[in-house]
Amino acid sequence: MSSPTNDRSNLDLETPDKTYLDSNELIINMGPQHPATHGVLRVILKLDGEKVLGTECVIGYLHRGVEKIAENRTYTMFNPYVDRMDYVAAVSNGLGYCEAVEKLLNVEAPPRAKYIRVILTELNRIASHQLWLGTHALDIGAMTPLFYTFRDREEILKIFEKYCGARLTTHAFRIGGCQYETYAGFEKDVKNFLAFFPPKIDEYEALLTTNRIWLERTKKVGVISRADCIALGVTGPVLRASGVKWDLRKAQPYEAYSDFDFEIPTGENGDTYDRYMVRMIEMRQSLRIIEQAVNGIPEGPIMGKVPKVVKPPVGEIYHSIEAPKGELGYFIVSDGSTQPYRVRVRPPSFVNLQALDVMVRGLLVADVVAVIGTLDIVLGEVDR
Amino acid sequence: MAEEVKSPAPPPPPQPQPAQTGPSGGPEGEQKPAAEKPAAAAPAVPAKPAAPAKPAAPAKPAGPVPMPWTSPLVEKYKSQYGSGLDAQTYLGQNYLNVDRSLIPDILRLLRDEEQFDYCVDITAVHYPKREKQFDVVWILYSFPRNQRVRVKTQIADGASIPSSVSIWPTANWLEREVYDMFGITFDGHPDLKRILLPDGWKGFPLRKDYGILQQDKEWVQINLGIESGQ
Repeated sequence: MSSPTNDRSNLDLETPDKTYLDSNELIINMGPQHPATHGVLRVILKLDGEKVLGTECVIGYLHRGVEKIAENRTYTMFNPYVDRMDYVAAVSNGLGYCEAVEKLLNVEAPPRAKYIRVILTELNRIASHQLWLGTHALDIGAMTPLFYTFRDREEILKIFEKYCGARLTTHAFRIGGCQYETYAGFEKDVKNFLAFFPPKIDEYEALLTTNRIWLERTKKVGVISRADCIALGVTGPVLRASGVKWDLRKAQPYEAYSDFDFEIPTGENGDTYDRYMVRMIEMRQSLRIIEQAVNGIPEGPIMGKVPKVVKPPVGEIYHSIEAPKGELGYFIVSDGSTQPYRVRVRPPSFVNLQALDVMVRGLLVADVVAVIGTLDIVLGEVDR
Repeated sequence: MAEEVKSPAPPPPPQPQPAQTGPSGGPEGEQKPAAEKPAAAAPAVPAKPAAPAKPAAPAKPAGPVPMPWTSPLVEKYKSQYGSGLDAQTYLGQNYLNVDRSLIPDILRLLRDEEQFDYCVDITAVHYPKREKQFDVVWILYSFPRNQRVRVKTQIADGASIPSSVSIWPTANWLEREVYDMFGITFDGHPDLKRILLPDGWKGFPLRKDYGILQQDKEWVQINLGIESGQ
């Protein structure tokens, strides 16, 4: 297997003679405060007229040293911090962390807790995809979907708020299970949402799927091949849109995902439109999972046998889950004390963003905006 | 279990842990360490009783212990590289402790021959009291085998390690982050510079001797001329 993207990974900014006025090449700066960069991402673009010759991402503006913080907190204290990485999918972040520590402790959450976790995580996946869709469409020029998605996302956030008191950085799960039992009417709320949401997806699709402007702006834009995806470690909907049928929920099921019946959508062309379609289908599949989970939710305890003081034995663990953006992994090293010796977060956004350069070469500046949107990055997670 | 379907290696002997899994999409995975624990203890112990890094396990003495990991893959490389390579499994996850000198070769072989085509993550761990202060860890995944493996090596402070950007392009940013946080240099990296921290940053924050207040105190001292209240 060759290295398809290696020779292009680096933008040569050290040759100023190319950027003088007699040349066509121009280096311009986009961000860090740019409405289309979804946070504080700075992209240096090397242009020939309107055509992109290369990019370099400058990241780190939101770096908060999460991994260093972890080393100075106990396992339990660090739990809320992970919500602040991918703040639009905080539940997934918490799930990955709690599961990793549980594996290190060699305990398992009880079945009821697992089902609650699955319901909330899938709701969060929908919320994350809604936010992606709204902002992505806004970047491309369609303003209406933003209002639609934010309106409907509110229904999910209401469930979160009723469940744990927080809408976004939920801290919904604890090591060993869940802290809170479901509130009275939780199942009803979730079922109401299951009935409420499918027509809304149809609404989004009516606005976009066959919209001529949307097709022009997304078809054959930001194409990434299957081989490039794998070489660059790209995961999540981006990988699936390039034709790789790989989802950690199926490939290495965690939590209770092996109990549920759902499909993994894939695309063929690996372009922005395929990624859009993959995420739209994923929302419907998430509804399927939620429906099965809420109908089959078992009775029982919600907290496993976890000591009050979490003190895993010496050892290390890597555990990853399928977050809305891709593979979210935690590599935790324990030295036997109450504080983790090292926590490494493998963020999907950070790794996926690396593919930006490959995806935008040869496109127009306006397409860079579309590709940043389609990668679905959250800078809080890129920078940690 | 149908590992042999796409794997070039012959089917493995019955494994104590369920980490050897079927082709991509199969329902199995590297989970349920609790279930395998009693089974794992029986066959593997006599082969190598002195398993290192035995957990202290203050409350429960019967905690899981790293076991020698045996598989055709390991046998093959062990016969090739001998003592430079040590294979272990802990909580159902396999890892290879590899001598630093073998690093580019082993990684390349794992990709080319064993189909570990996806480099999930590269990271490091700092052990300041050890002579070779750093563990560098590669977390690899194989799509055809649906299997993970970790490769670890130890290097001393100031020593460099060959870059794996030519093996997996994704290593580019991952190695830059390791350099940024630990100060480990990767030979042959196309553009090794800080990635998350500003270029002028002093020190490497994820080293254990880097205090979390150090930067703050210094900034307050220089810019405000007073002692930091932190």
